[in-house]
Amino acid sequence: MSGQWEVVIGLEIHAQLATKSKIFSAASTAYGAEPNTQACLVDLGYPGVLPVLNEEVVRMAAKFGLAVNATVAPRSVFARKNYFYPDLPKGYQISQYELPIVEHGELFITDADGNEKRIGITRAHLEEDAGKSIHEGLDRYSGIDLNRAGTPLLEIVSEPDLSSAREAVAYMRKIHSIVRYLGISDGNMQEGSFRCDANVSVRPLGQEELGTRSEIKNLNSFRYVEKAINFEVERQIELIEDGGEVRQETRLYDSDKDETRSMRSKEEANDYRYFPDPDLLPVEIDATYIEAVRATLPELPDAKRRRFIDDYGLRFDDAGILTASLALSDYFEAVASATDAKAQIAANWVIGDLSAALNKDGLDIEQSNIAAADLAGLLDRIQDSTISGKIAKEVFEAMWAGEGNADDVIEARGLKQITDSSAIEDVVDRIIAANPGQVADYKAGKDKLIGFFVGQVMKETGGKANPGQVNAILKDKLS
Amino acid sequence: MSQDLHLQTLTQLAAGLENGTFSSVDITKALLDRIDLHNGRLNAFITVTAEQALADAQRADDARASGNAGVLNGLPIVHKDIFCTRDVLTTCGSRMLENFVSPYDATVVKRMAEAGAVMLGKSNMDEFAMGSSNETSYFGPVMNPWNLECSPGGSSGGSAAAVAARLAPAATGTDTGGSIRQPAALTGTVGLKPTYGRVSRYGMIAFASSLDQAGVITRSTADAAMLLGVMAGFDERDSTSINQPVPDYVAGLDKSLKGLRVGIVRQHFDEGLDDNCGVAVKDALALLEAQGAILTEVDLPNLELSVPTYYVVAPAECSSNLSRFDGVRFGHRADDAEDLFDLYCRSRGEGFGAEVKRRIMTGTYVLSAGYYDAYYLKAQQVRQLIADDFRKAFAGVDVIAGPTTPTPAFKLGDKTDDPITMYLNDIYTIGANLAGLPGISVPCGMVDDMPVGLHLVGAHFGEETLLNCAHQYEQRTDWNEACPEDFR
Repeated sequence: MSGQWEVVIGLEIHAQLATKSKIFSAASTAYGAEPNTQACLVDLGYPGVLPVLNEEVVRMAAKFGLAVNATVAPRSVFARKNYFYPDLPKGYQISQYELPIVEHGELFITDADGNEKRIGITRAHLEEDAGKSIHEGLDRYSGIDLNRAGTPLLEIVSEPDLSSAREAVAYMRKIHSIVRYLGISDGNMQEGSFRCDANVSVRPLGQEELGTRSEIKNLNSFRYVEKAINFEVERQIELIEDGGEVRQETRLYDSDKDETRSMRSKEEANDYRYFPDPDLLPVEIDATYIEAVRATLPELPDAKRRRFIDDYGLRFDDAGILTASLALSDYFEAVASATDAKAQIAANWVIGDLSAALNKDGLDIEQSNIAAADLAGLLDRIQDSTISGKIAKEVFEAMWAGEGNADDVIEARGLKQITDSSAIEDVVDRIIAANPGQVADYKAGKDKLIGFFVGQVMKETGGKANPGQVNAILKDKLS
Repeated sequence: MSQDLHLQTLTQLAAGLENGTFSSVDITKALLDRIDLHNGRLNAFITVTAEQALADAQRADDARASGNAGVLNGLPIVHKDIFCTRDVLTTCGSRMLENFVSPYDATVVKRMAEAGAVMLGKSNMDEFAMGSSNETSYFGPVMNPWNLECSPGGSSGGSAAAVAARLAPAATGTDTGGSIRQPAALTGTVGLKPTYGRVSRYGMIAFASSLDQAGVITRSTADAAMLLGVMAGFDERDSTSINQPVPDYVAGLDKSLKGLRVGIVRQHFDEGLDDNCGVAVKDALALLEAQGAILTEVDLPNLELSVPTYYVVAPAECSSNLSRFDGVRFGHRADDAEDLFDLYCRSRGEGFGAEVKRRIMTGTYVLSAGYYDAYYLKAQQVRQLIADDFRKAFAGVDVIAGPTTPTPAFKLGDKTDDPITMYLNDIYTIGANLAGLPGISVPCGMVDDMPVGLHLVGAHFGEETLLNCAHQYEQRTDWNEACPEDFR
């Protein structure tokens, strides 16, 4: 299929902004409270109440705009998106329509061939979230929880520059990484703080005109984004190849069945009757403000990746993995700066054993059982030949299980490497004496048998003999 | 003593309270008695808060005794039922909010209460302030104290009737297209609509957010100035309120009109204006001139477009503002809804009256895809032109003067079947709303035994000049002292 069809994808990402209070009221945005305990009269849309903009969201949106090399609009306007739904208290959502706060941004992802690919960001606008309808456990009624109503969102709209589910995920991960670096969103996908809608279409390779798109709503994990898009692409191609036509419609992804289902067609779509909200003034931002915000920008993932390559000599891919997450990159830097081992060794451990252990236990890097300083301590023991790399894996497991730092584990388990030549020589002599056949074969030219002898020595010493010394002594004695 | 308390203006009552001639409890009792006696004929009140008023009056008297009297300490006030009042019914003249008790006070209500004012009750009004005759109220029309067969105007008709009938010396109102000034003119009272943004809209149930402005209906300009001083000022709960110092409006009332440049709009005296009303207004202009004002003609070339512009912008905003009344969280909820759609349709269908529905439908239409540019966007452009016309005019004049309404009060029922004629009643007042300017109507004569108003419009934040001009005019006339015979 990939030979004949080109896939065109655009994403609308909703990132919840990490403010203490809501976008237009003083109510708290904290997650997980009892239903309707974090909704004030403004959130409830009571008669006579008015929205007042939380200025923090403007600063956050401006920060994002600058981070993706976008234009931060000197003047943006809030508009009302009108539709009826029980979890939308005012009967309209306050959003931005014609004049969003951020426009014309970009970021770069790595495509399937390993090349950098530019993805355009059409716009990012501020809006309020709606509440939540609850249908379970209420007999024949539906419940409404308005705690989430009025939570600030930044909706980030990409150009249709993405050509595969893989690229879509890479782009979404990049945005995720940027908002986390900026500290403007916690990016928590389980709590719905970071989710997206995917616009997907296909067209015959080489055709200029875009195919009809469908929009898959409310994808709240990277895995679902990938699976939903892949399903949708195949569905559309099959449909067209069978002589059918793709309908412009909104679809929902069912993760249990791994399929998308039609939600409503274009004809059934609402006419939102957008118009500027007369209760709110236009947001006006001057150059001084923008420069002040720019001064607060942290080092961003791309810059940090370059620095990791330049300063630490890391491989391109490893630098990318480490810098995708601010916390992971911080952890790595803490290890690398505390150990005498090479930075690439530190990177290998963080990306390899540490990440595997975190994954296995379902932990975030912030919750790691091994502190960065302790991992650095372990690497130092490899570096100074106290233990071998192989023994280090055992020490790591013990540290992870809570047996103390590297030195504690090495001491308690007696894992210190044997570097005393005479002690190694004794063992080597015994192995040679016990295996006359293999010795004869080796001397007759079967060089590969050296591995057998090394293995025997290591077995005898419980893996603690210094492998380099073992090799040298064996070769010497067998020659 | 108590027989004439109802005839006194707010300023006079304030002096009497200060001198200890009478107490706030005396005033409150006297007025509650009058309301009890006369409201049946007028239907000016939806709610009378007698018990609360007497308690507040006592508290005000105590405060005065202990030397803690605010600017309005012990003075009675009536609030239009569009202002949210904590723990008191707030209906907005609609079945939709027939049983709605507000959990909070509007900023206007709060500021007046903090200054010591005593609320007597909530006044009747056109439903959601949509109307010019008070006939769209779910609670029935208000009668004009000058002729019970006539409308007092609207939408603040209850406030105007209550003040004209001496049931209260002052009442709040709201003005989206003339809803304070037109009823003031038709009842022989003073009606002030301040500059858009001068007074907070928080807690004032929205009709058309970009046009709505709170104001007052009183029996003298000095009273209006006193109340404005309390109501005005920035409110962090209303982003469209403007952060500008509030001058002492009362202290600014004694300036001579010598050299004041008064603009006259020629079109205001063209056809459509009742001849006798025209004569009354021209007499008023002559009096201003006699006081030293300089009359000059000003041109507002786009003003004739103000009514159609208004009837696109206002319904558009109202169609969205009234979406929150859906039967889900508060207000009227239809019984036994089959499903969500049925709940919406019937709650709104039953809760709203015909005029409100007409405007919601008009507004929904002008905002719809394919019509937005031709109606809403075009109307906003014309609105800008009208505002520009005013700005240019105010480069050469200090106030613009003319009639408030084309005719004196009309008979109840006369215009209910003809919305367009009804809409034209606001032809002279709508421009100030579209341009966000302050306006005032003061009594300037009687035509066929019914009052007529002089309309003055000021420049942006030009309340001081506007109030001074109205006050100086009042000093040479006694139209504002005229009282309907049945209510002396």
